[in-house]
Amino acid sequence: MIPKEIDNHTTENTMLTAEEIHEINEEIGMYPYRQAACIEALKVVQKYRRWVSDESIEDIAAHLEMSAAEVDSVATFYNLIYRKPVGKYVILVCDSVSCYIMGAETMLDHLQNKLGIGLGQTTADDRFTLLTVPCLGTCDHAPAMMVGRDLHRDLTPGKIDAILAACP
Amino acid sequence: MERPLTKNIRTDGQPVFLKEYESQGGYKALPKALKLQPDEVIELVKKSNLKGRGGAGFNTGLKWSFVPKKGDFRHKYLVANGDEMEPGTYKDRLLIEGDPHQLIEGMILSSWAIQADEGFIFIRGEYTYAAEVMSKALAEAKAAGYLGNDILRSGFNFNLHLHTSVGRYICGEETALLNSLEGKRANPRTKPPFPQVSGLFGQPTIVNNIETLCNIPHIINNGAEWFNQLSLTPGDGGTKLFGASGKVKKPGVWELPFGIPMRQIIEENAGGMRDGLKFRGCLPGGASTDFLTEQHLDLKMDYNSVAAAGSRLATGLMIVLDDKTCPVGMVLNMIHFFAQESCGWCTPCREGLPWTEKILRKIEDGRGEMNDLDQLESMVRFMGPGNTFCALAPGATAPLGSALKYFRDDFITHIRDKKCSWK
Ligand SMILES: Cc1cc2nc3c(=O)[nH]c(=O)nc-3n(C[C@H](O)[C@H](O)[C@H](O)COP(=O)(O)O)c2cc1C
Ligand code: SF4
Repeated sequence: MIPKEIDNHTTENTMLTAEEIHEINEEIGMYPYRQAACIEALKVVQKYRRWVSDESIEDIAAHLEMSAAEVDSVATFYNLIYRKPVGKYVILVCDSVSCYIMGAETMLDHLQNKLGIGLGQTTADDRFTLLTVPCLGTCDHAPAMMVGRDLHRDLTPGKIDAILAACP
Repeated sequence: MERPLTKNIRTDGQPVFLKEYESQGGYKALPKALKLQPDEVIELVKKSNLKGRGGAGFNTGLKWSFVPKKGDFRHKYLVANGDEMEPGTYKDRLLIEGDPHQLIEGMILSSWAIQADEGFIFIRGEYTYAAEVMSKALAEAKAAGYLGNDILRSGFNFNLHLHTSVGRYICGEETALLNSLEGKRANPRTKPPFPQVSGLFGQPTIVNNIETLCNIPHIINNGAEWFNQLSLTPGDGGTKLFGASGKVKKPGVWELPFGIPMRQIIEENAGGMRDGLKFRGCLPGGASTDFLTEQHLDLKMDYNSVAAAGSRLATGLMIVLDDKTCPVGMVLNMIHFFAQESCGWCTPCREGLPWTEKILRKIEDGRGEMNDLDQLESMVRFMGPGNTFCALAPGATAPLGSALKYFRDDFITHIRDKKCSWK
């Protein structure tokens, strides 16, 4: 249930979809004031659009009654909010210490060669974006990476090939 | 040997959901606790000598006792810290994914003790599976009447929510975590006021680590004396999740008593070093602890013994350095992490860590000079305890300062030979 006073925003001057607005409003309902839903709003928009554009920052700001600069300062703070377009699958390769010891650099080199892109880049077919991520918390199965929402552990170059090939 | 925290965790990796948890004696502590006065629960936890498993090792019952009893509060909050981004740490993941109701029951009991009416489980964004398991368990607990209003007809209300984060190591620092829960940038807050008095949305708040909270049902069920006798070290109650990663034969995480020798964890639980490799040292409790070396192998793994050896027990999950991994490269890797994850709020950390990374990169790449070592030493002091706004920067200097002490020759060889001899 969303209290009435939260739902008083129309969709007129915004590019946010009705679905997005509904989900953001649900989040607002969980907090004592609208602005507290800022991170949740960014998550909602990213869920539908893969990344958060300048326009979306402005739309979220208007909806939460904040300045766009404020929303952007939150968006750019967090590792997993993407302010540039990303591919269908974001690959997060752990580059922290246990994976470093267990060969993360070899895995990163292999991925870059295989995909033909550098860190922070997206393949031309828009399928894969390659990023590093701090320790994935699975150090007893290093090296590790995530592809989309899925965790892959005990990586070898051969295993990486199989994982990428299995992505629909 | 008893292993209360992991006794339910299945070897097939499947989570234990409600039915199975109840059949193993789960949610039996709840009616027991609700018959006690909240203060009696706090007293019991104090006597159990349960110390916070998030790193600092502060007595949990004592921390709870700082929550004001009277006052004009809209809410009191309990937050479970499942950010777990300290490199080398993978214990809270096991507890959430393996036995989610243990955490939920622990949180209901803790909220009764501090009289919190709202709770959050803060899980790092990358733990997608843990979040799925936890949402299912929360729905089960609600449907069974363990959460929500009038829990087990006691008149006690406690609503518990899951919050998935969006990445940044500093979110694990408890006041930064509260800012993040409020939708803001995760910069730490000035203390005082402490969160116990003015935390989430300005209301009294307790932040506890996941492992800390998972101990509470067992303390309620079996008492403080039982909890104390689980440990080999008087004063550190209970068991601890210990672990080892790096080039050991069987990396893993194990529930063991406090006070167990480091050698036993490495040689027995982790099966010793891989063939052809020798143990050179380890970070005993994550990336923000000081190196220990061969001379410390017989050290007892408890808060005071590890501190006396110049390091910290912290998370209890050690990262092992072998004799064929470059310690300079390893330290550079960690300083890179800390520089990247610095929240940027205070100058020594924001400027000092990238500078330190630059010097280390120079040395690793064979462009170092001998006076770089003095520079590094002064950076360790410059970002040490008391000089920065939060504990991130002092933590970052721990592996560096201790590496300069124990592995100084490796730094010198890099500079003299103008290369890393491991490459
Ligand atoms: C940079 C930094 C990161 C931290 N990360 C975590 C974390 O991921 N999980 C955690 O429980 N505590 C973390 N802590 C410690 C918390 O600030 C806090 O002390 C702890 O959650 C309290 O719980 P406890 O008393 O049960 O240990 C971190 C501290 C700092 C300075
Ligand atoms: S020490 Fe680093 S992480 Fe902590 S407040 Fe200062 S800049 Fe932020």
